Amino acid sequence: MWAAPGRRRHAKKDSFFIMTETSPVSALRTDVPPAIAVQARPGISLTLTKHRLALWLRSPRPYLMLVGFAGFLGFWYLSVEVWKLPRFSQMSGPTEVLREWFSEDPTYGLSIFTPEYYMHIWVSIRRIAIAFFLATAIGVPLGLFLGWSERFKQFVFPVFEFLRPVPPLAWVPLAIVMFKGSETPVIFLTFLASFYATALNTMLGVESIDVSYVRAANCLGATRWQVFRHVIVPGAMPFIFTGLQISVGVAWFSLVAGEMVSGQYGLGYVINTSYTMVRYPTIIIGMATLGLVGYVTSAAVRLVGDYLMQWRTRELALGGGQ
Amino acid sequence: MVAAAKALSTKFAGFVGGDDFWRGIVAIAAFLIFWEAGSRSHAWFGFSFPWVSQVPAPTAVLQAMFKLVQEPSFWNSAFLSTLRVFEGFFAAMVIGIPLGLAMAVSRIFFGITFPVFEVLRPIPPLAWVPASIIFWPTQELSIAFVTFLGAFFTIVINVIGGARAIDVRYFQAARSMGSSTWDIFRRIILPGTLPSIVVGATVGVGITWAVVVAAEMISGGGSAGSVGGAAGGGLGFFIWNSYVGGSYTQIVAGMISIGIAGYVSSALLRKIGNWMTPWLSEN
Amino acid sequence: MSVQSAVTQDRSPALQPARKGGVRINDVVKTYGAEDTGVLAVDHCTFEVQPGEITVVVGPSGCGKTTLLNAIAGFHSITSGSIYLDDEMLCGPGKLKAQPGPDRIVVFQNGALFPWKTNIENVTFGPMMQGAMTRAEAYDRARAMMADAGLRGIERNYPGETSSGVRRRVEIVRALMNNPKILLLDEPYRALDSLTKSVMHEALLEIFYKNRVSVFFITHDLEEAIFLGHRVVIMTTRPCRPKKILDIDIPHPRDYSVLTTKRFREFMEETVAAVHEEAIKAFAAGEKER
Repeated sequence: MWAAPGRRRHAKKDSFFIMTETSPVSALRTDVPPAIAVQARPGISLTLTKHRLALWLRSPRPYLMLVGFAGFLGFWYLSVEVWKLPRFSQMSGPTEVLREWFSEDPTYGLSIFTPEYYMHIWVSIRRIAIAFFLATAIGVPLGLFLGWSERFKQFVFPVFEFLRPVPPLAWVPLAIVMFKGSETPVIFLTFLASFYATALNTMLGVESIDVSYVRAANCLGATRWQVFRHVIVPGAMPFIFTGLQISVGVAWFSLVAGEMVSGQYGLGYVINTSYTMVRYPTIIIGMATLGLVGYVTSAAVRLVGDYLMQWRTRELALGGGQ
Repeated sequence: MVAAAKALSTKFAGFVGGDDFWRGIVAIAAFLIFWEAGSRSHAWFGFSFPWVSQVPAPTAVLQAMFKLVQEPSFWNSAFLSTLRVFEGFFAAMVIGIPLGLAMAVSRIFFGITFPVFEVLRPIPPLAWVPASIIFWPTQELSIAFVTFLGAFFTIVINVIGGARAIDVRYFQAARSMGSSTWDIFRRIILPGTLPSIVVGATVGVGITWAVVVAAEMISGGGSAGSVGGAAGGGLGFFIWNSYVGGSYTQIVAGMISIGIAGYVSSALLRKIGNWMTPWLSEN
Repeated sequence: MSVQSAVTQDRSPALQPARKGGVRINDVVKTYGAEDTGVLAVDHCTFEVQPGEITVVVGPSGCGKTTLLNAIAGFHSITSGSIYLDDEMLCGPGKLKAQPGPDRIVVFQNGALFPWKTNIENVTFGPMMQGAMTRAEAYDRARAMMADAGLRGIERNYPGETSSGVRRRVEIVRALMNNPKILLLDEPYRALDSLTKSVMHEALLEIFYKNRVSVFFITHDLEEAIFLGHRVVIMTTRPCRPKKILDIDIPHPRDYSVLTTKRFREFMEETVAAVHEEAIKAFAAGEKER
């Protein structure tokens, strides 16, 4: 049984208490009726989603969205292909790009039907995956300790902050010098950018935990390690996942730069070479693909976070706790 | 005045004499020693540390920096990069803040523009470089455009978030006291969003630096052939050139210069931000 | 009826013998910051919490009562004086900070149920962490205690899915699972609306009658204090010190009809002037709401 929108209001108050007599016992006799309590089942989030989707379709929002896209694409189309405005003369219009993207025999060699397209996507994703997982595996524990131990932070954080102002991309030549091969420098750059975002956000997550939770755990007899495992780590999770989403975004940012400068294959490389080889529609295809894949990876991280933090998803679904 | 000076000096003394300050110094010193040893590992220990041995030693880098600060061409590059950062950043603020505010205030405008915004946002700014070069007449403008994009998205998102977070009771209070819409905008929305604008700006300027450096590197020379001719200087180009020319100490010197420049711009922005939002620093 | 201890006429049916859990606060002083320039929060405070009783401390906001609670719980140190729990010194000369532990459990003002654990996971947290029971034992006991407190059916929900009144009660059950000697309640009902509050009061008393744990309760609400307490300690504004101590001889078990009795009103008359006086002083000193 799911909480219909009308019921949602009830779930917030103690409205199920019925004081029939004035004896003190009656206050505790009424149990929480199961009809009002949200049953702890995973099915609930799906039903809620379907319901929210229905609400969304009835609002003006999807239609405004269409207006926006129509406006954007329309402007692009008109300025390039119809009015042929001066600045836009060399660009490719949306029809040209779409024709190329979905054609079985593309003029410039890249479309959804060519295997090279998927190879480039795969290469980029693989680099992101390696860099991201490394950055998470090192960044999250580091961030947790930085937030948890004042001493550790005093020693390590200054070095961290010392290196941080150098943009990851400024490391490109040094990375090429330090690491052999052409893959490792690119992955290193991407890792660096991701790592900073992750570690920093994790640290902030730990520091943002309400001290009452730690105190409560201490009262209840938890050891330091138990507090870390049961309070600090779960408590920092929301921040950690925000950090991970930022980290994925920043990873793509650095990856593209790295691929443009010193890589073979990959979407950044595609965009770069398409320019030098005067294959303009492919540039747009590359950009659009990047945007799409970037969005998907970001959404994937968010979904994993939502799944791991059921408590938060449900709280937010009910309109927030009190 | 005297009381303020006294308070400041006690605070400074506390900071310098504090444990955490010295621990930080120790940590950085240890890091530098490790770096030095790693770079010179071959000469000192007879074997080479895996990656660090390829990196020039801090002492060599320091020497290079000394020489560099005396060269006018270096300062030219630095100035050029800074100029580009500010052009792009300024444009991002001038366009981004009003746009963000409009999106926060009008649901209809938000409904139309936000989806398009969100679709364009995941595309990394650097992916726009070739398209930008095709579109804009000059090299400078194309770099400026890409720089603008870098900061733009961050600033808009922060402005929307900030405007949305303003407690609705402020609006109600103002309305009940008879404020006009323009008044509300000027006296509640603007100051209320200011802290978020500052945060967005501080983060945005960091991104801008990253983009400028990368754009300079890419336009100045990429392994896949130059995307347009030499961009004519800038610190990113300088680093790339040092690499191509084989002077590795200059690479690191350049990196440090960028780091310092980036840190200074962020700190400057934060100071300006604090000055504009005095009510926040009271606690 | 002031500082002489009166015999509380307890007409409740035979209950388990009162657990110990008397707290003696001896001449405690707490200064935040340096000796000379710091803020004096607690000024030579001395009073007792009798075992098996509810002692309520009333005072204006910011007067230092939370500091006392934190000192007993072990979250803050004291500057001088000593605090004893039964025969054991919690903190005192040579040991200025107590060690937090399951014999003195705090129920926090804004609630500290772990939002990322289900209600039953929260309730069994104490025994599981201490290794005092097996998982099966802990869960069984938790279910029984929750049912006893009228919380059946929400064990597998997260705290964020239930109302704040329910959360408060779960938190109290979580504390009681550990058989604490004393429960320390830091304005737990402050954030609740007055209707929920009145129900919470009766719920707390019910729990108290069943478990007979000592209770140290902080509030700024005088009516709440007199309703709940065996003994009410009225504090001065900062730095705090007991201004007036009353033994409330209204018999237990109590229910809300007590509020309209003559005796209750007499107590209110006796104390409201003192509380009001301190409130004015606090207001004049510009105390901000915490």
